[in-house]
Amino acid sequence: MPKAILYDSTLCIGCKACEGACAERWGLPYGDSVAAEEKISAHKLTAVETHGDHFSRRLCMNCLQPACASVCPVGAIQKTSLGPVVYDASKCMGCRYCMQACPFQVPTYEWSSRLPKMRKCDMCYPRQSQGKVTACAEACPVGATKCGERDALIAEARQRLAEKPDQYYPKIYGLTEVGGTSVFYLSAVPFEQIGLRTNVPQEPLPETTWRVLELLPDVVSTGSVLLGGIWWITNRREEVARKEGKR
Amino acid sequence: MLRKLPKITVWRAIFAVILLSGLYATYLRIVYGLAGTTNLSDKFPWGLWIGFDVMCGVALAAGGFTLVAIVHIFAIERYKPVLRPAILTAFLGYLLVVVGLLYDLGRPDRLWHPLVMWNPRSVMFEVAWCVTLYTTVLFLEFLPMVFERFGWHKPMEWIHRISVPLMILGVMLSTLHQSSLGSLFLIVPEKLYPFWYSPILPLLFYVSSIAVGLAMTIFESWHSSRAFGRALELPLLASMARVLAVLLSVYLWIRFLDLAHRHVFGLLLRNRTETWLFLLEMALMIVPTVMLYQRSVRMRPGALYACAVMVVFSVITNRLNVGITGLEAGSGTHYFPRWSEVAVTLSIVATGFAIFRVIAGYFPVFEAHSLEHARAEVEEKEADSITVG
Repeated sequence: MPKAILYDSTLCIGCKACEGACAERWGLPYGDSVAAEEKISAHKLTAVETHGDHFSRRLCMNCLQPACASVCPVGAIQKTSLGPVVYDASKCMGCRYCMQACPFQVPTYEWSSRLPKMRKCDMCYPRQSQGKVTACAEACPVGATKCGERDALIAEARQRLAEKPDQYYPKIYGLTEVGGTSVFYLSAVPFEQIGLRTNVPQEPLPETTWRVLELLPDVVSTGSVLLGGIWWITNRREEVARKEGKR
Repeated sequence: MLRKLPKITVWRAIFAVILLSGLYATYLRIVYGLAGTTNLSDKFPWGLWIGFDVMCGVALAAGGFTLVAIVHIFAIERYKPVLRPAILTAFLGYLLVVVGLLYDLGRPDRLWHPLVMWNPRSVMFEVAWCVTLYTTVLFLEFLPMVFERFGWHKPMEWIHRISVPLMILGVMLSTLHQSSLGSLFLIVPEKLYPFWYSPILPLLFYVSSIAVGLAMTIFESWHSSRAFGRALELPLLASMARVLAVLLSVYLWIRFLDLAHRHVFGLLLRNRTETWLFLLEMALMIVPTVMLYQRSVRMRPGALYACAVMVVFSVITNRLNVGITGLEAGSGTHYFPRWSEVAVTLSIVATGFAIFRVIAGYFPVFEAHSLEHARAEVEEKEADSITVG
């Protein structure tokens, strides 16, 4: 049963308890100066942003068909059946294609390190595989971040929209974006007003490259036969010319 | 002793300055990492080292596979005099692409990882394999120049025996990764500006790589004729210019159809950096295309050279637009390379020119005659058993 996170911007009070819990889970330093940074980075894998009267939390969307995992040349990024998209730093060679490919600009890089790694939220895969909820969901004092079964959370989000239609913008962000994600957003205002990208495609991004890559065996086999054939024809002509020249 | 020092010329001084700044930038890259040498950021992870060193480097080295196909597979022997310089350029080009990658990768010590850790769904994985294999093929295609220099007939015969499958493999590998460099960007439909994001990016990259391969061959012939005091193979280059004109026309027409089908011509009315860069790219290609259809241009070395340079710059602009500038707006940020990124790139290019000069002076790059004799002998032996029918 795949897990997911539901973040309800209308409930969030901007206390940043999720940020602290996340930093602790990763063993990253967390203090006032880090708390003041309103963007995710290699030392801050989730961030609460302020957009006027509204708060919005940034974290990895853990897509159902992640672009980052599909483009990684060494398979360092994998989508687990549990839901989280995990990263194996020991494989990573630092090409940063995952960062380029991510439509949400989530993966970050340890630019200053001599042996750098990519950094991103992995929806607390170690905790979740032990049956626990994510650190951020556990820390949230108001239930703005909830962790649970993906289907159950979608049902709950729909219920909230139905029960209080005047409090919500009537959509769930993450349901169809790039073919669906494991993090859902509810908001009082249209999603672009809380800093979410609304121009992302509705189809899974790995399809865009696979459409071309799957033609590869056909191109190689046809091309080789064609080139070999052309060589055979043109060089036969030469052989004939040479033989005839000898006579 | 003083007389033995090389004469200081303007070009040598510039070369020395470039190389020294490149060495200092290399030191900074090793000690302070990517943050200490580049203007890359989480929102803009690829810069000059990918956009120019890798994407332009691979495109400009396309003359190798183009001429191998023309001379050996289509058996158009007339083009033989420019084949070896093209192979050498390609071989050096690919080696320098790998050097560029070593600067850009966060963990250059893991360059070999894609060879053992597979993800066949990744375009980058395919490019990594193709570039590795094709560099090996180019090395084998370069070897005859070494064998000939030292008069090693046995290995020459051996390499001649595998040459046909080797050449076909080289052309196929090039077809794959030249187009795949375009496929890399199919995954960013919402980031890449509509002038450049197209579902046929791989086709556009492939066709333009063949064109720029020919343009680079003309460019090299012109320069080497000056550097080594050889006569320019003008009739040959003029006939190549004809092929180039047709290829460019085909490319421009595909490009036009692509833009028309995606309804993006309206964007030309916007006064944006992207519009001007797109127009620059187009102008640098349309002007030489029109010029090359004139016989008077094709037969004048200066004009022919100018056309080749324009095509080269057009393709460079295109690769930089796809890999860098076209992504800025969609990534919500600006990027301009730091001095150290430029210094490394210039050093790589300058080193390429220098090594080419040294090798071309030492190995038989510009004369393929003695090879022809050796080959003719081998073929004669084989031909005896063939009956004409």
